[in-house]
Amino acid sequence: MRGRPQLYTSYAADQALLNTGTKRLSFALFGVVLLCLPLGFIPGFRWAADADWMLVLAEVAILFIAALGLNLLTGLAGQVSLGHAFFMGVGAYVAAILGSPEGPLWGLGLPIWVWLPAAGLVAAAIGVLIAPTSFRVRGLYLAIVTLGLVFIGEHLFRNLDFITGGSQSGRTFPPLEFKFWKEETPFIDFATDGDWFGVELTGQAKTYYLMLGLALIAGLVAKNIQRTRAGRAFQSIRDRDIAAEITGVDEFRYKTIAFALSSFFAGVAGALFASFVGRTIPEAFGLPLSVEVIAIVLIGGAGVVSGMGMGAAFVIVMPLIVRTITEWLTQVAKTGEGVFQKIADVLVSTGTFDPGLVSASAGSGPGLNVFQLNQVLYGLLIVGFIIFEPLGLYGIWLRVRNYWKGWPFTY
Amino acid sequence: MSRLLEVDRIRLSFKGVRAIDGVSFHVDEGELFAIIGPNGAGKTSIFNCLNQVYRPQEGDIRWKGESIMGLKPNKTAELGIARTFQNIALFPHMTVIENILTGRHVRMKQGWLAGAIWLGPAKKEELENRFKVEDIVDFLEIEQWRKHPVGMLPYGVQKRVELGRALAMDPELLLLDEPVAGMNLEETEDMARFILDIQDELGVSMILVEHDMGLVMDIADRVMVLDFGRKIADGRPAEVQRNPDVIKAYLGEEFEPAD
Repeated sequence: MRGRPQLYTSYAADQALLNTGTKRLSFALFGVVLLCLPLGFIPGFRWAADADWMLVLAEVAILFIAALGLNLLTGLAGQVSLGHAFFMGVGAYVAAILGSPEGPLWGLGLPIWVWLPAAGLVAAAIGVLIAPTSFRVRGLYLAIVTLGLVFIGEHLFRNLDFITGGSQSGRTFPPLEFKFWKEETPFIDFATDGDWFGVELTGQAKTYYLMLGLALIAGLVAKNIQRTRAGRAFQSIRDRDIAAEITGVDEFRYKTIAFALSSFFAGVAGALFASFVGRTIPEAFGLPLSVEVIAIVLIGGAGVVSGMGMGAAFVIVMPLIVRTITEWLTQVAKTGEGVFQKIADVLVSTGTFDPGLVSASAGSGPGLNVFQLNQVLYGLLIVGFIIFEPLGLYGIWLRVRNYWKGWPFTY
Repeated sequence: MSRLLEVDRIRLSFKGVRAIDGVSFHVDEGELFAIIGPNGAGKTSIFNCLNQVYRPQEGDIRWKGESIMGLKPNKTAELGIARTFQNIALFPHMTVIENILTGRHVRMKQGWLAGAIWLGPAKKEELENRFKVEDIVDFLEIEQWRKHPVGMLPYGVQKRVELGRALAMDPELLLLDEPVAGMNLEETEDMARFILDIQDELGVSMILVEHDMGLVMDIADRVMVLDFGRKIADGRPAEVQRNPDVIKAYLGEEFEPAD
C-alpha cells in the first residue's frame, strides 16, 4: 500500500498506541517541547523555565498520576468515588513512616525505591478492603460511602499525631532523593542545583524531570490497562453490569481490581505530592483534594488518559490565573481611575469594610477569598462540562480536530 | 447426538408470582430448539435461570450431565453458554471491535499486570484474538462499523454486533432472546441466514425465543410452548402447530355459537 500511509496493513499497526503518522509526529514534538522546557530556549515558552513554573508543572504531573487512578475507577469501571484524597493521604503517611528521617515522629529513613512503591501497595490493600462495598451499593450511594471514607481518614490522620504531627504543625515528608539505603548523601537529589550530563539544572528543573518521567510511566501503564482485557472488563461493568457478567466478566473480581489499581495510583501520587510539598498537615488530604481530582477527571474527559493531562494542567493553572487577575483587579481598584477603577472596585474587596465579590487574600474583607472562588469555579465547571461536554476538554479537542480534518468542507 | 443441556422440573417464583412452574426440557448437541409462548409466559426467565442470574427454587439444570445450579453467571459463560438479549445489552460506549473482544474475555488469559506491561504475552494475545474477532466481523458482515461506538449504530446492526459478541465466546450453546424483534423482512431474513449458518458451519446448539412464528416454524428443529410458566406442548414444529392447547393459548377458546 505504498503511497497510502493512512491505511493499516496489519492489525498490529491498527492496535499500536500511536497508530497514525500525525499522532506519532505530534507526540514526538510534544515530548521534545516538554524535555526542553527547563532549558529555556524554546521561543514562546522561555517563561516556563522559571523555577516557579517548573514546580507548577511538576505538580501538574503529580495530579495527573492521581487523576489516572480515579479515572480507572470512575471513568473506566464506572464506580463513583469521592474517597481519592483518603488513599492519597494513606500513601503520603506510609511514605512518611518509611522514608522520613528518624525523629520525634515515626520515620525509618528508607530510600525512595522503598517508600514510593510501598505507599502505592498499602493504599491498594486498603482499596481492596473498600471494594466489596461497591458490590452492595451503586452510583450515588457508593459516592456517599467513599465520602465517609474521607472524613474517617481525616479524623484518623488528625488523631494519629505520632505519625502525622497533628493539625497544628503537620510533619515533614521524605525528601525527593535517590539513595541506595540509609546513607547520608544521596547519589541523585532534587533539592539542590546541579548539572546532569553537562547541563546545568536548577533543583526545580530536576524535580520537574522526575515527575515528568513518573507521569509518563503512569500514563503508559494506565493506557495499556485500558486497551487490554482488564480495561475492557472495567468498561463492560460500567456500561452494563449484568450483560458483562453473562459475557463472562467476574464483576466482583474486576471491581476489586479497579479499586486496588485506583488506590495504588492514588497512594503513589499522594506520596509524591507530600514529598514534593515537603511539609503538610492532615487536613491537606480532605474533601477539597478529592474534589480537585474529580474536577480533573470530569474536566479532562472521563475515561480518556490524555484528557487527564489536559484536566490536570487546567485545574492547576486555573487558580494561578484567578489569583493573578484578582491581584491585578485589586491593584486597579486601589490606584486606577475612571470607569475601570469603578468596575474593579465592585468586583474585588480591598479592605475589611469594602464590599466586593472576591478579595485577594484570605480574611481581608467580605466576599469570597481566592481559594473559595476557585472551589466555586470547580463546581461550576464540573456542572458545565457534565451538561455541555461530557467528554471534557478531550471532547472539545475532538471537535476541533474533526472540524479541521474536514476543512474547508463542513463534514 | 449427545445431550448438552437438561432442565429438570425447575420452579421459579417471585413472591407470589409463579414465573416458571415445573418446566423440563433438554437440548442436544447441534440442535436448534425454540421456546415460544405469549408475553409473560416465562421464556426470558428460563434464559435467566440458564445463566444463573435467577436461581430457581426447585429443580435442576444440568450441563453435560453436571448440575450448574448455584454457579455465578460468569461461570456459565466459561462453560460455554452465550446469550443475546431481548433489549440489546451491548456496551454502548465501546466500539464494535471492543464489544466483540469483550466476548473473547472468557477465552483470554492475561490479567491486568500483563496488560499494563503490554509488550510480550498481552500484545500477542490481543493480536491473536483480534484475528478471531475479525473472522466474526467478516461472518456477520459488519466490517464498515468496526470502529464505531455501538451506541450510535442502527438497531439491526446492534443486534448483529450482539450476536457477534456471543459468538466470540466460542459457545457450545447460544441463547437467542428475540433476535429478530422489531426487524423488517429483509433484516429478519439476514438474521435467519446467520442463525442457520451458525448451526451448520459452527455446529453451535441454540435455544431461540421468538415471537415471529414464520421464522420459528421454518428454522427450529424442535419447539416448546409455554403458557403462564407451564409447558403446554413440545415437539416438531408441525406437531406443535396442530396442538389444540397451543391454539387455545394463542387464539383463545373456540367460540361456539349457541343455536
